[in-house]
Amino acid sequence: MEARDAKAATGAPRRMDPARPLVAARPRYGEKVIQGLLAACAVISVITTTVIVISLLSPTLDFFGEASLGKFFSLDEWAPTQADPTFGALRLVIGTMSATLWALLFAIPIGLLSAIYLSEYAPPRVRKTVKPILEVLAGIPTVALGLFAITFISPQIQDIFPDAVKSPPFFVLAAGLGIGLLIVPIIASLSDDAMRAVPGSLREGAYALGADKLKVSTKVVFPAAISGIVASIVLAASRAVGETMIVLLAAGANPNASFNPFESVLTMTASIARVATGDIGTNTITYNTIFAVGALLFVMTLAMNAVAIRLVRRFREVYE
Amino acid sequence: MSSKWWLVLAASGVLAIGVAACGSSDDNGDGSDTSSGNLSGDIRVDGSSTVGPLTEAIAEEFNAENPDVKVTVGTSGTGGGFEKFCAGETDISDASRPIEEDETKACQAKGIAYQEIQVANDALTVVANPDNPVECVTTDQLKSVWEPKSTLKNWTDIQGLQPSFDADLALYSPGTDSGTFDFFTDKINGEEGAQRTADVNDIGEDDNATVTGVSGAEGGMGYFGFSYYQENQDKVKALSIDSGDGCVAPSAETAQDGSYYLSRPLFAYPSAKALDNETVDAFLQFYLDNINAVAEQVGFIPMTDQQSQASQQKLDAIKSGGGSATTG
Repeated sequence: MEARDAKAATGAPRRMDPARPLVAARPRYGEKVIQGLLAACAVISVITTTVIVISLLSPTLDFFGEASLGKFFSLDEWAPTQADPTFGALRLVIGTMSATLWALLFAIPIGLLSAIYLSEYAPPRVRKTVKPILEVLAGIPTVALGLFAITFISPQIQDIFPDAVKSPPFFVLAAGLGIGLLIVPIIASLSDDAMRAVPGSLREGAYALGADKLKVSTKVVFPAAISGIVASIVLAASRAVGETMIVLLAAGANPNASFNPFESVLTMTASIARVATGDIGTNTITYNTIFAVGALLFVMTLAMNAVAIRLVRRFREVYE
Repeated sequence: MSSKWWLVLAASGVLAIGVAACGSSDDNGDGSDTSSGNLSGDIRVDGSSTVGPLTEAIAEEFNAENPDVKVTVGTSGTGGGFEKFCAGETDISDASRPIEEDETKACQAKGIAYQEIQVANDALTVVANPDNPVECVTTDQLKSVWEPKSTLKNWTDIQGLQPSFDADLALYSPGTDSGTFDFFTDKINGEEGAQRTADVNDIGEDDNATVTGVSGAEGGMGYFGFSYYQENQDKVKALSIDSGDGCVAPSAETAQDGSYYLSRPLFAYPSAKALDNETVDAFLQFYLDNINAVAEQVGFIPMTDQQSQASQQKLDAIKSGGGSATTG
């Protein structure tokens, strides 16, 4: 015993004595404090979410006390700040869906092809430089992307399709492409991670059977990573749904229920921003409108994120 | 050591000459003016985006004489401006329509006394694309386009319009916080704050977006203050308006004599409390002394002599009343 204690005192490595309890001899209060702090940090985000839901809930309930749910989900005019207000929020949902649709149509092919290149084709050195640059794209302030959409993308498209744009310079396609630029890195980066997580043995097996690189990438790796890829797309879509500044600047503010890429639309986020920055009295129905739309937006993105998390989980189960 | 001293001496010499030069130019500038150049402090102005450019131009000139005064001019719209004004957040509120009853109440609740001072005239101008052959519209035709629930899609849908013009309507409207919006909906649609929302682009307070839009769309139509039209005559054209007595084009003369249907006075509302501050007081006096010259430069319609006198009397009244001037 004495010899072993002496050894321990000198700090030399030793085997764990199974009989010795795993509890520290003296209570470590510092450890407890740190544990508490870490837990508090984790709890803060949970509390924030809860508080947001609660703060949305009460004005939303007030709103539906005055306006009917059926009218809210209808194609009535969206005119919350007019003298005789009407609230056809379905028009905003369609506007949001239209902007998201064009963003995804642009971002999915570019994002996925970049991911395939980065994970399967690019030499490690290229990948090391290209991937961070791609991720920087996600860090561009959205107001800058919005200005880019209205001052560059919009006139370019008007040159290609003269007379197609109904009320220049605002149309949903310009905003959609701006959002597309924003979400390309999300799709590319997360899909790249998903594809690189596919075990090498699958690739080797395919090569052994005589498949070439293209076949391995598209027929083996891509399907194996599909749930991770779909999750990246769903995450990108919920980012696009929630994007505000680009649509506020470039999509116009015309609540028409249309998927025409050359018409201007009003999205849910842009309508909140527009109504909220004006002069509205608190607790009026106009004021409560923005919370009702906010709650709807919250539910939509929550549902999409829940789907994404599910897909990620399924993806994990495959190889662990 | 000695060379350093020479450097300090030389530097202070240069500084002294510089200061002297500044002083003399100040003296020249103030030769005929009673306002001294040693005012300082902040002046906070907010309100109408129509009046904003005018106040900014005045503020710039005022600043040249009083470099220590910081004038901030916001453009939240007339309604947005009054909201801040009646909360005591601003000294002067620009307005493109008279203050409304609920706004008066908000000011009273906060104990904010104010005076309505006319600073210029405006002709709310309805603009169209230069390729549009239509020159004149009646108020009824405008109403048929802009009234709530209007479903007109094309210029050919407008009853009795001459000549016929086949192009889809692309409508640009200022936001609902705008005094221009309030005035237009009141005069044309007959109900303030009521306007169609289908197929209308709400451009908020950014009147330049209307210029961009109307100049880019063949069937574009929008409305804003006369100054934006003056600045952009090469990009958009103004429509004459017939309110029953023939077509009248927006101009300085037709706005001053009121024959143009959409002519209106523009206002600045100083708060009595802010006028206790000699800087704000001097600024407003400067505003009235220089407004007519500046107005023409920046595309506004100056006041008639009669209007100028009335404004000066109102300013004097609120000053002599100390801080407790009558409201509205």
